[in-house]
Amino acid sequence: MTALPVKARRATGLRKFVLTETKLYLREPITAFFTLILPLGLLLILGIAIPGFRDPDPSLGGERVVDTQLPAMMILLSVITSAFNVIPTVLAVYRERGVLRRLSITPASPGMLLAAQLLLNLATTVVGAFLTIFFGHLVLGTRVPAQLPWFVMAYVVGVCALFAIGLSVAAVVPNSRAAGGVGAIVMFPLLFLAGMWLPRELMPEVLRRISDFTPTGAFGQALRDTWAGGSPQMLHLAVLVAWALGAGLFAARAFRWE
Amino acid sequence: MEIIEITKLRKLYGKQVAVDDVSFAVEEGEIFGVVGRNGAGKTTTVECVSGLRTPDGGTITVTGLDPRRDRAELRQRVGVQLQDCSLPDKLKVWEALDLYASFYERPADWKALLDEVGLGPKRDTAFAKLSGGQRQRLSIALALVGAPRVAILDELTTGLDPQARRETWDLIELVKARGVTIILVTHFMEEAERLCDRIAVIDGGRVAAVDTPEGLIAQVDGAQRLSFRGPPEADRILRSITEVAGVTRDGDHLTLTGSDDMLLAVTTALAANQIVPTGLRMERATLDDAFLALTGHAATS
Repeated sequence: MTALPVKARRATGLRKFVLTETKLYLREPITAFFTLILPLGLLLILGIAIPGFRDPDPSLGGERVVDTQLPAMMILLSVITSAFNVIPTVLAVYRERGVLRRLSITPASPGMLLAAQLLLNLATTVVGAFLTIFFGHLVLGTRVPAQLPWFVMAYVVGVCALFAIGLSVAAVVPNSRAAGGVGAIVMFPLLFLAGMWLPRELMPEVLRRISDFTPTGAFGQALRDTWAGGSPQMLHLAVLVAWALGAGLFAARAFRWE
Repeated sequence: MEIIEITKLRKLYGKQVAVDDVSFAVEEGEIFGVVGRNGAGKTTTVECVSGLRTPDGGTITVTGLDPRRDRAELRQRVGVQLQDCSLPDKLKVWEALDLYASFYERPADWKALLDEVGLGPKRDTAFAKLSGGQRQRLSIALALVGAPRVAILDELTTGLDPQARRETWDLIELVKARGVTIILVTHFMEEAERLCDRIAVIDGGRVAAVDTPEGLIAQVDGAQRLSFRGPPEADRILRSITEVAGVTRDGDHLTLTGSDDMLLAVTTALAANQIVPTGLRMERATLDDAFLALTGHAATS
């Protein structure tokens, strides 16, 4: 067999990793349920069961809850589950069981496995978002994001920020059990500040201001703004980019392969 | 030809000296054993050889390469099986081999390898469902899938039952037959004695001896032992035989140490005095005895 050039080999290697990680992901139905099915299910169940959600709501400026608030929160839920639960747990398991260490003595880098995990999780959250928008529109008449380019941009920087924080969690936790625990501890306050249980419009001024600077608050509002047809607030994009860079650099420095 | 050369290797973890001064050379095509107790510095030594750790002193060359400077090329040529490394639970046997084969420039045919290590029927089995012996066989296959010139196998049979251990030994001999040079790290003396062409005994971060298993055993005093039951009047006769170096008695039971020709001399002398030795047994010193003699403590603590 002839030797492949280095670059081609790297591409083959990454493709194999993505393929392998995808197979492993599909063999864990629980994970797929929490990232793909649960957010969509909650949107449909809450949207159908709670009648007020389908009526114009004065506290949301005349918008219906199912228009942007509820679907944006469900997309956020899917991304945050990937970022704070799936990624840290998988990486911590790989680290404590020596999967990453084993790779480090082959010509492949454990970094490729990391890249494959991130790509896979990006793909699953995109599928989750698509399902939410598609079925939300079909069943509840949820709007289709009107400003698609801005919406996609808000989505991408938001995913980067949350994944970077998830990687930081993966970097500092000692083992996989702690990864799940720390992930959950970080996740619930951030979901609250995003407006999961109390829409940002109803938050006291101080709380909303704090929410503006959290990755989830900025992400959720940027999704809602662009969903409704506007452009995102520059503050929110800047907050997301700052979180992505800060947490990304921290994770890159702190991450241990063994 | 020497394929691996280690000269004055030194490695510290903080202030703790893991490897003090280790030098040895491995010949191409041999199974070279690195034996010692837990914590003697065996694993650290081979981790420096595989480029996983940076030495604090000394030099290492592997197939002419420096493990740190020529990392990328070394990884193409050296296959490693590590202690305490596993795969994701739901990864199937063939998927692991297929994935690992994709890392190498000139990989071995993993389908043939699968049959060679006896995992053909387990092709579609998930890692979590494999037995300990099957996992070790997969681990060997993964170390070989890049068609390496050198394979480093660390504590391969620890935790395996005797049957699986013997099967793994057969497999290692098969690997040697393919022309792969093997470094075998172990604290089982029986395993080292059975498999290795030459052995380095490591103790307290230093090399206590390097020799063939037979050479190491020959260094033990009273390498041959003869034991049987006999009456007290035999003692005087036995002590007068020049080939016998020592006689110890425990009740009826006698243990003699001495040279290789002891057996004939003893039986002849006893027969001449009409004494019948019962339960006569000749015992050879083992590598365990050699290890004890070389380091002053037993191999397994």
